[in-house]
Amino acid sequence: MSGAVIDPRQAPIRAAPKKALSLSWSDPRFRNIVWQVVVLGTVALIVWYLVQNTTRNLAARRIATGFAFLGRTAGIPIGEALIDYDPSISTYGRALLIGLLNTLKVAVVGVVLATILGTLLGIARLSKNWLIARLSAIYVEVIRDLPVLLQLLFWYTALQGLPTPKNSFHPLPGVFLSNRGIKIPVVEWETPFWWALAAFVVGVIGTVAWSRSATRQQEATGVRPKVWPVALGFLVGFPVLIWGALGAPFAVEMPVLRGFNFTGGATVSPEYSALTLGLVIYTSSYIAEIVRSGILAVPTGQWEAAGALGMRSGTVLRKIVLPQALRVIIPPMTSQYLNLTKNSSLAVAIGYQDIVSIASTTLNQTGQAIEGIAAIMLVYLIISLSISLLMNWYNARIALVER
Amino acid sequence: MSEGSVRTTAQLAEAARDPVPAIAGIAAAPVTERARPNAAAFAPVAWARANLFSGWISTAVTLALIYLIARWAIGFFDWGILHAVWTVPETATGPDASACRDAKGVGACWAMIGDKYRFILFGRYTYDEQWRPAIVVALFIGLYAISAMRRFWRKELLLIWIATLTAIGVLMWGGVLGLTYVPQDSWGGLPITLILSTFGLALAFPLAVLVALGRRSTQLPAVKALCVLYVELIRGVPLITLLFMASVMFPLFMPAGFNPDKLLRAQVAVILFAGAYLAEVVRGGLQSLPRGQYEAADALGLSYWKKTSLIVLPQALRLVIPPLVNTFIGFFKDTSLVLIIGIFDLLTAGKVAITDPVWQSYSTELYLVLAAIYFAFCFVMSRYSHGLEQEFSRTVRR
Amino acid sequence: MKRHILSGAMLLGATLAFAAPAAAQGSGSATIDTIKSRGMLVCGVSTGVAGFSLADSKGVVQGIDADTCRAVAAAVLGDVSKIRFVPLNTTNRFTALQAGEIDLLVRSTTWTLGREANLGLLFAGINFYDGTGFMVKSASGVKSVKELDGATVCVQPGTSTELAIADYFRLNKLKFTPVLIQDQNEIQNTYLAGRCDSYSTDASGLAAFRFQQGPKAEEQVLLPEIISKEPLGMMVRKGDDKFFDVVRWTLFAMLQAEESGVTSKNVDEMLKSTNPDIRRLLGAEGDLGKAMGVDNKFAVSIIKGVGNYAEMWDRTVAPLGIPRGINNLWNKGGLHYPPPIR
Repeated sequence: MSGAVIDPRQAPIRAAPKKALSLSWSDPRFRNIVWQVVVLGTVALIVWYLVQNTTRNLAARRIATGFAFLGRTAGIPIGEALIDYDPSISTYGRALLIGLLNTLKVAVVGVVLATILGTLLGIARLSKNWLIARLSAIYVEVIRDLPVLLQLLFWYTALQGLPTPKNSFHPLPGVFLSNRGIKIPVVEWETPFWWALAAFVVGVIGTVAWSRSATRQQEATGVRPKVWPVALGFLVGFPVLIWGALGAPFAVEMPVLRGFNFTGGATVSPEYSALTLGLVIYTSSYIAEIVRSGILAVPTGQWEAAGALGMRSGTVLRKIVLPQALRVIIPPMTSQYLNLTKNSSLAVAIGYQDIVSIASTTLNQTGQAIEGIAAIMLVYLIISLSISLLMNWYNARIALVER
Repeated sequence: MSEGSVRTTAQLAEAARDPVPAIAGIAAAPVTERARPNAAAFAPVAWARANLFSGWISTAVTLALIYLIARWAIGFFDWGILHAVWTVPETATGPDASACRDAKGVGACWAMIGDKYRFILFGRYTYDEQWRPAIVVALFIGLYAISAMRRFWRKELLLIWIATLTAIGVLMWGGVLGLTYVPQDSWGGLPITLILSTFGLALAFPLAVLVALGRRSTQLPAVKALCVLYVELIRGVPLITLLFMASVMFPLFMPAGFNPDKLLRAQVAVILFAGAYLAEVVRGGLQSLPRGQYEAADALGLSYWKKTSLIVLPQALRLVIPPLVNTFIGFFKDTSLVLIIGIFDLLTAGKVAITDPVWQSYSTELYLVLAAIYFAFCFVMSRYSHGLEQEFSRTVRR
Repeated sequence: MKRHILSGAMLLGATLAFAAPAAAQGSGSATIDTIKSRGMLVCGVSTGVAGFSLADSKGVVQGIDADTCRAVAAAVLGDVSKIRFVPLNTTNRFTALQAGEIDLLVRSTTWTLGREANLGLLFAGINFYDGTGFMVKSASGVKSVKELDGATVCVQPGTSTELAIADYFRLNKLKFTPVLIQDQNEIQNTYLAGRCDSYSTDASGLAAFRFQQGPKAEEQVLLPEIISKEPLGMMVRKGDDKFFDVVRWTLFAMLQAEESGVTSKNVDEMLKSTNPDIRRLLGAEGDLGKAMGVDNKFAVSIIKGVGNYAEMWDRTVAPLGIPRGINNLWNKGGLHYPPPIR
């Protein structure tokens, strides 16, 4: 690997006319090629050896191979699924898809909540109030120093300490808190809601367009027309208008205690709650640190200069400080989002059926370990890659703003 | 799963030592600890007025928080100390936990810990030989302490590590020097946690340095691609998949008849995992080295390996010690994941301890004790790395 | 043991001399040869199920599965203590056996066709007849599984129980919500905490669990329905018939000993017995042990070390309050029917 030398004699800038590659050990380029061939060859050899062993072992132990099991009836029960699932007819493929969706459900909600909580904590650590700052610092220090798995187990135990369905907490009409999870009422979905949703999407487009034109106007005249009344109209008024025009249907399904459990309404299971809660609390302690140092990284001069221009502090924060802080915050934040997603795999310990949990049941019922683990890895690689790409794109956008 | 970004953020925090304007509703003010005026006469009162009761929002928040803390502290005191059950009578069939059952919900049952602490700490290690893992834990702590001291940052440290780790192996296995042989399946508890994380770091480190160098190399595109592939693949998947692989798939990769045991396989998984994360840490150190250092070495006509081992690595590795400690804290915590593949680390031993029907429903007490153990280790290490970081950034600035 | 030293060397760079045990003379079975040259049987058991395999506070594994392993060690090596237990969970139990990490798996594993056909493994016998049962809290007033419509059921994933419940509820047009946690302790605590209306696993496991509750046992009820057959047995790899024979006949020897009234206490006297059945069992007559590739008096080692099936049962499972029931001998109303040893 001696090739990484930037040899002045090779003079990359004002190079002498390229010499032909000489097959001698003293030619660095030749050495580099040899080294690379050796390294790649060794790796290829190891991989080949492992593949050989595996195929031989699989054959000798008469273990089934291939992904044919994906099409077979699963038969395994699944506790919570975002799409229809029936163990008697659904396949292993569908079971794994449910696992993937469950993972995403935790990841998306977890990322949003952790960002909010983490930002609040990060700001609280900079608070002028000594007590708030100290408490937030203690929170960050303690939570970071405990294994996330231990925290998940603790939260799961804690949630099981809630009362039984019959004696459940009943803080709001239709909301029940018990050791079976949180029951909430749901609005029955009808066709007009689809139209209202479409109207909302139109509203979003309209708002963006209006805010762009406001920016143009500001650049031209120096006066920015008010954006928020128009946005409000577009985002709330328009969908409500459509919904009202279509007869304003509104039927709420309330959870009712019947027999063992509540029927009707929607459930947030204790497993999901414990996992999300644990991951949000854990990750937010890291995000708090990131946010804090991001804000600290913006020099005081920026605040003072903006103040000297007569900007209000809210505007300073939004227009001057945050854009600069974000540049520092985004890269470490990306890795925290990835960590949260990867940590969601610990669901298997507390009975939430994410992709790892379902794949491990699958590999256990079918005996096909390699396929099961390959499926898990593929899913996580795709998720990791997507988050990275998304955040890189966002980062690039922010970098442009900076110029 | 471990924290790659710590160094940058902490450095940034360090960089901005100036008073900071407050944000979003909290009035602009200097950061409290540093910019406090040295009040003379009524220092505490003045301090409290400035830092706790400045304005009615701040006062309200302070009072609300004090109330909450007091309530919580009193509740915890009641449960954890006042009404707690510390010991239970021993009977012929085992401990009689009726006192704990009566106190359930009112007071903690620390008697469970008293009964089971040796199992939690050392797992199923032969009962009469448990002084050995106890010494091992002490050796590990001593090893960390010595490695933390600047005075010992010399080549001899490597020898100390090798000697200590060998001693640890001899103590755990036995079979020589008159110690009875204890098979690896009977190991458990805290020593396993320490072994997995420490050996993981020690063996992943050389791998990480090679991978980091490979990833930085400009002239070996194939090697670079390989290193990138390794790092990104490992960092893209959760540790648990690697552990699953080690536990379920690894035997299929090996020739028939070669069966390294479960702990060793998990250790390999931890090493591979740690390697990828450490490689990124080391790469950060390599990148932060001024280009002039490379060029000067080249000007002296040093070969690649001479340049790397004499000029680049000594400087780069010094820089990466704080993030290295942070990564180590991450691994220390992450070893608890081996619970899922059934290896007897501290967390697993704790959980198995409460499978005992007598103690089945006292998991809260168990989790608190385990949390205290993990916290003690991680907190000391993170304080240390924090201190080191500040010291380094001061040196760098000078 | 040699493997440990090897891995030790790999880990530490320590070089520890170790004399290899005497080479095996070749019994015609790769597994038996390995066990003999290692001087130790490596047996896969559960990570902790009371009555089946659970480490006591001194770290000694106790239970009917553990004792079945010990009996096989006695048969092959003549010594119950020459054994190493590898605790396995439901995820890695089969791969460990497939890979040869263990010689024998006795981990309350249900004998099914699918497992024999797909996994390259073979059941050598049934050491415990079991079935899927349900437990509910007596306060719930439930008397039958049929009343569990809409209930939440705690169950371990990756087990045959999981599949049996799904089938049963579907067949009876009942709905249920599963809570699936792999760790046995975790799922039991979850049930006790009230997360589930019912806890389902092998009936023996339920009985043991109920018994463990001590004074609070009255709060739990086992429902009368046993919804599936769960014959739990010993598993070996396919392709080693001799070792398969040894494992299978180890169990039969223990059952036959019970049937013939041979116990660990009277085995020495019984050697002088005139009953040809007993004489053949104990190797005082004929060459049955040798023909199988083990010591002729293998049954004596087993009975001295572990006892007959009834002794093993009384020591391990009976304290949990599980009645003998179908696990009795055939002539006492049970299913255990050892073929003649002749």
